[in-house]
Amino acid sequence: MSPTAIFRKYELQNYIVYLGFIAIFLFFAVTLHDAGFTSTRNLTNIILQTAPATIMAIGLVFALSAGEIDLSFGSAVAVSALSAAVVMQILPMPLAILAGLGAGLAIGAFNGILVAWLRLPSFLVTLATLGLFAGVARTMTDLRSIPVTNSAFTGFFGSGELLGIPSLVWWTIIGVAVGHVVYRHTRFGAHVLATGDNARAAQVSGIKVPRVRFLVLTICGGCAGLAGLLYAGRLQAAKYTLGESDLMIVIAAVIVGGTALNGGKGSIIGALIGSLLMGMLNNGLILMGLQVSDQMIVRGLIILIAVAASLRDTSR
Amino acid sequence: MTQPILALKDIHKAFGGVVAIENFSLDLYPGEIVALVGDNGAGKSTLIKIVSGVYKPTSGSIRLDGEDTSFSDASGAREAGIEVVYQDLALADQQPVYMNMFLGRELTKGPFGLLDKRKMMDDTQSLVDELDVRIPSSRATIRDLSGGQRQGIAIARATHWASKLILLDEPTAALGVAETARVEELVLSLRERNIAILIVSHSLDQVFRLSNRICVLRRGKQIGVRETEKTDKNEIIAMITGLQT
Ligand SMILES: Nc1ncnc2c1ncn2[C@@H]1O[C@H](COP(=O)(O)OP(=O)(O)O)[C@@H](O)[C@H]1O
Ligand SMILES: [Mg+2]
Repeated sequence: MSPTAIFRKYELQNYIVYLGFIAIFLFFAVTLHDAGFTSTRNLTNIILQTAPATIMAIGLVFALSAGEIDLSFGSAVAVSALSAAVVMQILPMPLAILAGLGAGLAIGAFNGILVAWLRLPSFLVTLATLGLFAGVARTMTDLRSIPVTNSAFTGFFGSGELLGIPSLVWWTIIGVAVGHVVYRHTRFGAHVLATGDNARAAQVSGIKVPRVRFLVLTICGGCAGLAGLLYAGRLQAAKYTLGESDLMIVIAAVIVGGTALNGGKGSIIGALIGSLLMGMLNNGLILMGLQVSDQMIVRGLIILIAVAASLRDTSR
Repeated sequence: MTQPILALKDIHKAFGGVVAIENFSLDLYPGEIVALVGDNGAGKSTLIKIVSGVYKPTSGSIRLDGEDTSFSDASGAREAGIEVVYQDLALADQQPVYMNMFLGRELTKGPFGLLDKRKMMDDTQSLVDELDVRIPSSRATIRDLSGGQRQGIAIARATHWASKLILLDEPTAALGVAETARVEELVLSLRERNIAILIVSHSLDQVFRLSNRICVLRRGKQIGVRETEKTDKNEIIAMITGLQT
């Protein structure tokens, strides 16, 4: 067996993310011990801060696995959070939740229709809708931030706890569990992978390829909607800037987590670890006292290395 | 004589002004292998696609087990028990063998309709054992297999799902000599399953090794059907080219 075959057989590329995770954790644990990196509070904080990115990453795993991409989720997050916040000011809270999720799903479905049935490339479609809905988010409230004061909402999506576990951790666990089961253990998940792997083979095997493409982009929108609610709940406000800077981090988390950029292969658990890794990186660099500009440079470089390492196998 | 599994009568197919198939008639019986030969552009693939429901014939009738049929698409033909093996391997490369075997027809269990991976793996394993397709495991990833193993999987899949007819469009065009021999053995072994097999091939040697009858197409016209035992290469070449040899 050739080295690449062995590499593939034991799915070693999937372990790179775990090794990287442990290496970076140990590095920060040693160098930033006095700065409190390993304190329970700080570690919990990392998970809380990454919750929205993890949810977005789950959606992106589905899109990439089907051979599509979504670049617009950052804008969808802002539109969803603002929709929920605005509706909450005049209508009961459950309707605000529906408005937030509905906005995300609608944006995803809009992308999905253009990609699935008009056969436009998802890269271009979602690049365009990224800009389009960023504009929508800005005009919705004239750049103003909308406070979210409903304590039931902020508890449910932000600062609350159940059985001693913070609600944002619950959302992460539920999102990853549901995402993983759908991705690995349902016919839909199998059809997503087959579509991204070989769309023609999927088609001649009776898989409804356009429907799969539509659904993965709609799922991305739905995940962005949920991420928007989580941001609004945690920050107790919604603003057009929410989600704006998540694009690179979420894509990096997903790729580092073992999902192929060109479809047919991926991992929800990997995306979770990738997302936590990005959050840990962010947190460590801040604790190191780096300037924002330096943080951006270091983070960019580390993402580059991580992505290169995880793509080594698939770049053949 | 038994009833034909597939009876094609006066099939005609035109793409706009281009006539691809004219007045094609052929009966296929259970347990026989019929080879379809002809030059490039003769209409072989078009005929395969008509039978597999990808194209609708412009006119003519298709009877399956004595019943008039008209497939609206490839799914319709598949549900009727017709499977196709394509030359360019319609497999999902990064997925395991067992998922390819059940592609689009995955088995599920339980109230939530979760995939029954264990059963798919076991069924795949017994099928490849039965057909003697040698692969490391039903969980092996397709792209780690050789071309011959892959085409073996594609044929095993067709065998698993076909209750009436398997269509093979140049199944060994992409394979080496040893792999071709393996695939030919596999095709011959399918004869015992009482289904009909229609194979398109460019290799006359192969056609003579495998088929019971040979049907020749030239520029969409059906030149003739011969029993393999009662003809020879020269006659078939003359029929294909239209030149006397
Ligand atoms: N989708 C199509 N549209 C128009 N013409 C076609 C189409 N498919 C096949 N043809 C024409 O029909 C003829 C037969 O093609 P084909 O069945 O592919 O031949 P073969 O498989 O024997 O090489 C050719 O002249 C080809 O150009
Ligand atoms: Mg052809």
